[in-house]
Amino acid sequence: MNIHEYQAKALLKSFGAPVAEGVAIFSADEAEAAAKSLPGPLYVVKSQIHAGGRGKGKFKELGPDAKGGVRLAFSIDEAKAHAKDMLGNTLVTAQTGEAGKQVNRLYIEDGADIDRELYLSLLVDRSVGQVAFVVSTEGGMDIEAVAHDTPEKILTVAINPEAGVTADDLAKLTSALKLEGEAKADAEKLFPILYKAFVEKDMSLLEINPLIVMKNGRVRVLDAKVSFDGNALFRHDDIKALRDETEEDAKEIEASKWDLAYVALDGNIGCMVNGAGLAMATMDIIKLYGKEPANFCDVGGGAGKEKVAAAFKIITADPKVEGILVNIFGGIMKCDVIAEGVVAAVQEVGLKVPLVVRLEGTNVELGKKILNESGLAITAADDLDDAAKKIVAAING
Amino acid sequence: MSILVNKNTKVLVQGLTGKTGSFHTEQALAYYGTQMVGGIHPKKGGETWTGSKGESLPIFASVAEGREKTGADASVIYVPPAGAADAIIEAIDAEVPFITCITEGIPVADMVRVKARLDRSSSRLLGPNCPGILTPEECKIGIMPGSIFRKGSVGIVSRSGTLTYEAVFQTSNEGLGQTTAVGIGGDPVKGTEFIDVLEMFLADDATTSIIMIGEIGGSAEEDAAQFLIDEAKKGRKKPMAGFIAGRTAPKGRTMGHAGAVVSGGKGDAESKIAAMEAAGIRVSPSPARLGKTLVEVLKG
Repeated sequence: MNIHEYQAKALLKSFGAPVAEGVAIFSADEAEAAAKSLPGPLYVVKSQIHAGGRGKGKFKELGPDAKGGVRLAFSIDEAKAHAKDMLGNTLVTAQTGEAGKQVNRLYIEDGADIDRELYLSLLVDRSVGQVAFVVSTEGGMDIEAVAHDTPEKILTVAINPEAGVTADDLAKLTSALKLEGEAKADAEKLFPILYKAFVEKDMSLLEINPLIVMKNGRVRVLDAKVSFDGNALFRHDDIKALRDETEEDAKEIEASKWDLAYVALDGNIGCMVNGAGLAMATMDIIKLYGKEPANFCDVGGGAGKEKVAAAFKIITADPKVEGILVNIFGGIMKCDVIAEGVVAAVQEVGLKVPLVVRLEGTNVELGKKILNESGLAITAADDLDDAAKKIVAAING
Repeated sequence: MSILVNKNTKVLVQGLTGKTGSFHTEQALAYYGTQMVGGIHPKKGGETWTGSKGESLPIFASVAEGREKTGADASVIYVPPAGAADAIIEAIDAEVPFITCITEGIPVADMVRVKARLDRSSSRLLGPNCPGILTPEECKIGIMPGSIFRKGSVGIVSRSGTLTYEAVFQTSNEGLGQTTAVGIGGDPVKGTEFIDVLEMFLADDATTSIIMIGEIGGSAEEDAAQFLIDEAKKGRKKPMAGFIAGRTAPKGRTMGHAGAVVSGGKGDAESKIAAMEAAGIRVSPSPARLGKTLVEVLKG
């Protein structure tokens, strides 16, 4: 789960991290009061969307010469004008896709005199199974480009969970970032705070790009991007409350209510599969036969009939879907449960497109029997290859 | 021969009394008499578990007690996500040599904690979020459907549960059969990696060929490919076929498994396929042609 920058900063501030003063606003009318509450005279007006590249992004509704999604304002009036210009319009960045994202929230922040821009992130380094800091002196830039062009400028320091952030870890990090004096002291205080926030709140990514050293020699968190481990949300009601559903696909929101792993895609073959690997492989084989999947959908292992029916309904509700492929290799999932769910969903919402079902594994005979006796127009497939061929043929007519 | 489990393996079930644990324990007992020797429940120690066909197993209050009374050398965990990490740690503390965790959806931070404990122990953990392990006609731990297996010569290792079944099904249909199939699981932090299993398959005389199934995310497949290249230089090499799931997955979106995401320019399918091919693995473009691809490799 992702949250907005202003929410991430408030969270980090609650752990004691140095962030600028700022106010989130939802309408242009609030801009003046927001700016007045800040020290000034420099303000930053930042679009709040769940995508990066905002500064270089362009608003669809404004001309090509208009400023981007993060703007400087040198007076309260200018901050007001920017807010009016930006709110409600659609920001297209390198990460939003062509459709862009509507800006419904702005964050007006106190400006900073920047001396140096650094990069810092925390993530789970799976090669060692530990939380790791990734730092670079090349902040404010696309870190993937830095990793590609100058990998020697990136340092990764994995943290032993039983020891926490040690003096040795801090020495490595501050030295790699070339921090000295007050900035170094600030960083030595900040890094354990970030680690604590990451672990306590079950984050999966904490990215600060840039972390800045100001002209006064102090360190500040200038931008913050935070994602949380979806598997751990059950123990963080405070984090769940930060979710902004306007940032998500409606089908994905519905799917998440049923605890389904669902990702909306651009093709026209709807897929319902058990297991993430098989679901990806099913997408791959559809593509191999020249078509595109409309979604990734893993109904998981322990799904009941109701969950299967819910998944089927989400897939059929997608107007792009011209055919559906159900591919189940039962292990923990029983084929008869899948069959019952599919039959129940079809009886409720009808079936307007071709449906190919491939069942194998636990209770397969029972599952096939349920489908056969349902009287529904279901095409049975013997194996994965047969299933992919049949659904592609059905769509091609 | 086989790896990790065989007809002598004695298994305790952590989470036996739940619906999932009960169902799969019945399936395991019915699979060539896999030695399921007891269940664990802190409040039901001394009671007896009864299956739907009248099977029965003793329940112990702790893993340590179960191990002491049964001589079990393995445990399988079906405990729900919130308590699964503690269940693994209990098994580690009871010095269970081989622990399999089936549970899906354990917070990564919990697994970081487990991993630190595991590294200081002599236990091996398989999973979590995995289908388990099966040696045909001897021992079934976890949720793999036993009916698709056939005793044979192929070692199978996979990050994906259901793709493991595909590989098993297809190698059975080709008449090759399996020595052991191992699902290492789809989480980013886990107990057993490809390299660990490949090392065991290379050392196992009965395993004469190997199928390895990876997916997008991380660099475990690339690491395994490098391991195979290094071992081949020492003269250790077996014919291999493989598959990588997620060629068509968009970047930055997590595909079901917490570990299956292409991010930071790392972990895409093309880099994995290239690494595996460089290590001499024939990578099938279609998940439906795993068995046939291996047969082609064996024919030379």
